[in-house]
Amino acid sequence: MTDQTPDSISRIVQGFDAKPEMLVQILQSIVQTHGWIAEDTIRQLAGELNLSRADVHGVVEYYHDFRTEKPGKHIVKICQAEACQAMGSRELTTHANAAVDADTTIEAVYCLGNCACAPAVMVNGKTIGRVDAARFDALVSDMREAD
Amino acid sequence: MSRVKIYVPRETTAVSVGADEVALAIARHAKASGNIVQLVRNGSWGACWLEPLVEVEVDGQRIAYGNVEPEDVPGLFDAGLLEGGDHEKRLGPINEIPYLISQDRWTFWRCGLTEALSLEDFQLHQGFKALQKAWEIGADAVIDAVTESGLRGRGGAGFPTGIKWRTVADAAGDQKYIACNADEGDSGTFSDRMLMEGDPFGLIEAMAVAGFAVGASKGYIYLRSEYPLTHMILTRAIATARDAGWLGNDIQGSGFDFDIELHLGAGSYVCGEETAMLESLEGKKGIVRYKPPLPAIEGLFGKPTVVNNVVSLASVPNIINLGGERYAGMGVNRSKGTLAFQLAGNIKRGGLVEKSFGITLRELIEEYGGGTASGRPVKAVQVGGPLGAYLPESQLDTPLDYEAFTEIGAMIGHGGIVVFDDTADMAQQARFAMEFCAIESCGKCTPCRIGSTRGVEVIDRMINDENRDENYDLLVELCDTMEDASLCAMGGMTPYPVRSVLAHFAEDFASGGQE
Repeated sequence: MTDQTPDSISRIVQGFDAKPEMLVQILQSIVQTHGWIAEDTIRQLAGELNLSRADVHGVVEYYHDFRTEKPGKHIVKICQAEACQAMGSRELTTHANAAVDADTTIEAVYCLGNCACAPAVMVNGKTIGRVDAARFDALVSDMREAD
Repeated sequence: MSRVKIYVPRETTAVSVGADEVALAIARHAKASGNIVQLVRNGSWGACWLEPLVEVEVDGQRIAYGNVEPEDVPGLFDAGLLEGGDHEKRLGPINEIPYLISQDRWTFWRCGLTEALSLEDFQLHQGFKALQKAWEIGADAVIDAVTESGLRGRGGAGFPTGIKWRTVADAAGDQKYIACNADEGDSGTFSDRMLMEGDPFGLIEAMAVAGFAVGASKGYIYLRSEYPLTHMILTRAIATARDAGWLGNDIQGSGFDFDIELHLGAGSYVCGEETAMLESLEGKKGIVRYKPPLPAIEGLFGKPTVVNNVVSLASVPNIINLGGERYAGMGVNRSKGTLAFQLAGNIKRGGLVEKSFGITLRELIEEYGGGTASGRPVKAVQVGGPLGAYLPESQLDTPLDYEAFTEIGAMIGHGGIVVFDDTADMAQQARFAMEFCAIESCGKCTPCRIGSTRGVEVIDRMINDENRDENYDLLVELCDTMEDASLCAMGGMTPYPVRSVLAHFAEDFASGGQE
């Protein structure tokens, strides 16, 4: 993840031909590139897309993916939906919260579509299935090794 | 030695349990041992419980090995993997596995069979035959076949697809659209994902057929962001199809123009509701629109739009190839054809099972699913996602038929079946239904926006044994209000799981709830 700059944001906007109807796609691309959406970015997008700041802010606020705070170095999403609940995702979440460092952001996600191999988590964009506490700990140590 | 074909799925579930690592281990080991193998990345057959499922082609037959781990690879080679040799993980020929051969594979027939991203393989397996036939028989005949097939929307609403297509075809408009709903948000469902990952060209063809039938030159796929592998596969498939002249202007010299734009969602469940999805496709907040006007009349950017789920669309090419009558010959009553049921949650043999309507839940859960993963008794089964009812053991003999489910206050929805064993606390599940609605409500209508939050509070009071009878009545009244007055299914159906818990698992409120 790199820091967002006026240039990096402009490049993304131009990649979508600065079309206002591509706002959701532009924001998704910003989050995938930079990890989050800064207040300055919202202002810039409003200008470049000829939208009001309220319009852009509203869309940013609406979608779960559009973080407005800088996340940790690692992002771990743990599925909290029913199929994973049936396989112990609540207990896994409690375990996970205690198992990670401050540089890891844990987020809830409602279904990764991996429901036949529950519980499922997504570690830095990769979906992993059949995750119990031991498997989770192994994932955490893999993450630390990769640092 | 000739090149031996080895199939390792590139599909989210298989990859989530190590398929990529297995593929890498096979490639490395083959190279180190001087063997030449051709790795084929197919889709998944849907037997998720056997993933990673590796197949080796021997004398034209594909021999399967289940639950292969990277550490198994050297041993498998020693056991003669390339000749289909015996090993404890050997399952035998893929076309003799009962879980697979007893299915009615109409929509998913290419999934697992072909190399997902090979246009050549796709065309060797009937690819684009339906589109070519559509050009021959004409748009009207295509819509007639879809109508005759009895196909209903597989996203959950069950609206007849042929009627929707006819409405869009008859609507006036210089520009029309096909909007494919791939925002598969229901827990326990993954059939759209498996189709897109295993047969991406199949969806592209289906959308082109729809475009031809109704006179639309542009299609959109709205894909949820939780599916990054699907995104990669679809992106490549669309580019390949375009390069080969199967998308774009004057497709294969037919005079027909059609192209597809792939959009990502951003983690909003309600964007699976068709009008919220259209708003999101227009770059806005995914807030539900009032209906009418129907999207078929005024949809995307105000133009007539077919909004269809992935599986609905992907069922069409075979309807064109084999005839609507044949599809209508499967299933029961007004539930014609097949549905890709998805066995999930606490189940031993989870996966995708495409069967004709009419099969019972018990058959699916026991005969295919093999009961719970934990080995404990089944307590409840949630069918149709977070807005679907929790069914007790006594209702498992209900046949899977849209109307039969409606009669018992349940719904089939997108075909997700989530099993819970007897350790489940159903009061917590009822609470979660309201909590999920509170998190995901788009906020446009009051019963959903406020009702869900009040619902969580009332259920908490019941769990804490405060004025239980009074709160019970309040909850029922709240459910009535949400059901009657919400704008869409989000608020309108959240009461289904709640009411089903009250009806069948009321004792869980009495047991003190939170453990």
